[in-house]
Amino acid sequence: MKRSREPALWALFSGGGMMAALFLPALAFVLWVAGPLGWVTAPSFETLAALALHPLTRFFLFGLAGLCFFHWAHRFRYTLYDGLQLYHLDRLIAVLTYGVATLLTLAAGVLLTIGL
Amino acid sequence: MGQALNPDHTPYHPKWYRRRIPIFWWLSKRGYVKFITRELTSPFVVYAVLLLLVQVGALARGQPAYQRVEDWLGRGPVVAWHAFVLAALVFHSVTWLNLAPSALVLRLRGARVPDGVIRAAHFGAWAACSAMLGWLLLGRV
Amino acid sequence: MSDSVTIEVRRYRPEQESEPCWESFEVPFRREWMVLDALNYIKDHLDGTLSYRWSCRMGVCGSCGMLVNGEPLLTCATYLEGLMPGPIRVEPLNGFPVVRDLIGDLGDFLEKLERVKPWIVREEERDVSEGEYLQTPEQLAAYKSYAMCINCMLCYSACPIYELEPHFIGPAVIALAQRYNFDSRDEGVEERMDVISQQDGIWSCTFVGECSTVCPKNVDPAGAIQRYKVRATADFMKSMVMPWAKR
Repeated sequence: MKRSREPALWALFSGGGMMAALFLPALAFVLWVAGPLGWVTAPSFETLAALALHPLTRFFLFGLAGLCFFHWAHRFRYTLYDGLQLYHLDRLIAVLTYGVATLLTLAAGVLLTIGL
Repeated sequence: MGQALNPDHTPYHPKWYRRRIPIFWWLSKRGYVKFITRELTSPFVVYAVLLLLVQVGALARGQPAYQRVEDWLGRGPVVAWHAFVLAALVFHSVTWLNLAPSALVLRLRGARVPDGVIRAAHFGAWAACSAMLGWLLLGRV
Repeated sequence: MSDSVTIEVRRYRPEQESEPCWESFEVPFRREWMVLDALNYIKDHLDGTLSYRWSCRMGVCGSCGMLVNGEPLLTCATYLEGLMPGPIRVEPLNGFPVVRDLIGDLGDFLEKLERVKPWIVREEERDVSEGEYLQTPEQLAAYKSYAMCINCMLCYSACPIYELEPHFIGPAVIALAQRYNFDSRDEGVEERMDVISQQDGIWSCTFVGECSTVCPKNVDPAGAIQRYKVRATADFMKSMVMPWAKR
């Protein structure tokens, strides 16, 4: 019997879920809430640029972005299936969600290599 | 014997009843509401990653470009919106890490490691990652 | 506290009505009574045509599961006292076609249960003269929680996915497959994986988690499914890295 391809998608979903859980709240808190509100002294442009443009950071950001995009694709696909009862649009939804995730991952790859 | 009051009924041909599932079934029970909220954190994850990439792109284009992003980030409604995004991301983290013991079953010298220990280890890792990011971003406090 | 309680029962008599309707009964309230005792009172004293399943009255046979005030519960293990002052609403379980009153058709579950071979599968059966298969307490502990399942169907009723996507094999069947997978005497893991690692198997599940919440025996089917996903993913990775290795 043919086994489903779902394990690969689930592995990406899980990887992205874990990355998002571990890293995103702290980034969001410092960069978008505490920084703008002045609760913390926002890092200077030079510090941030040096940090963000470091090759290791780019590599990390690419991994984080790609996995998080596929995390969304997988979860959102099932949200549409179950939440809106769209089982008959099965194929279309899968193509759209994973397609968008693939395009976004490629765009992130371009940005983080030649785009910076 | 009660007589047939339902005109569609014919003896020996059972008619089973199947209910129609409401479109908003996920509002019908507290557990389902929590489930759908958890599932709907995924667009916020994408939003956060995209915003992060926008910010990194602006950093690469130099101080004036970055300043424009900073100014936008400092506007009142934007901060309020990002507080909401942060809440969604925290909800994702908490629900995600809480499920870790279901997937991860470890054995140590024959005995199963208690769920509480596995959960605590995951939340510890979250704290460690957050502290590391804070240290990197906020001038190594 | 009052000496009687109103029980609102979902009735469906296909010869009388094409859609289920509610019927109210006034039943004496006794502190030691379960919801099932109230139903038995209705059947014995008020309306003998009320149809429902029950057998053991002690939470073992798994036949008296119903929705009580919207929650899937074993009616033999649910005190009236905890639901006072009423009215108490009793309905058939969600997810199963209603045959009559509180009785759902479980044929779909039984067909799916058989697919995962819920018995000990051996490549070669050992001869009786060689003695029994021995098992240590640790080996027993590895599957015992899954063996507590009484097939009461409360997890199916709590699972929105099963009702939305009737092809989904469902929580209890997957937990029972794990019950045999984790049994040291069993050799059927691969055969079951072929059935379970399909779209209709574990991959339909999105971990709503209600199955484990409502389980009266703490079987944790949601955990069983999650462990199965990890296993299937590990198998998949292995087959990608080492395609020549036998699964």
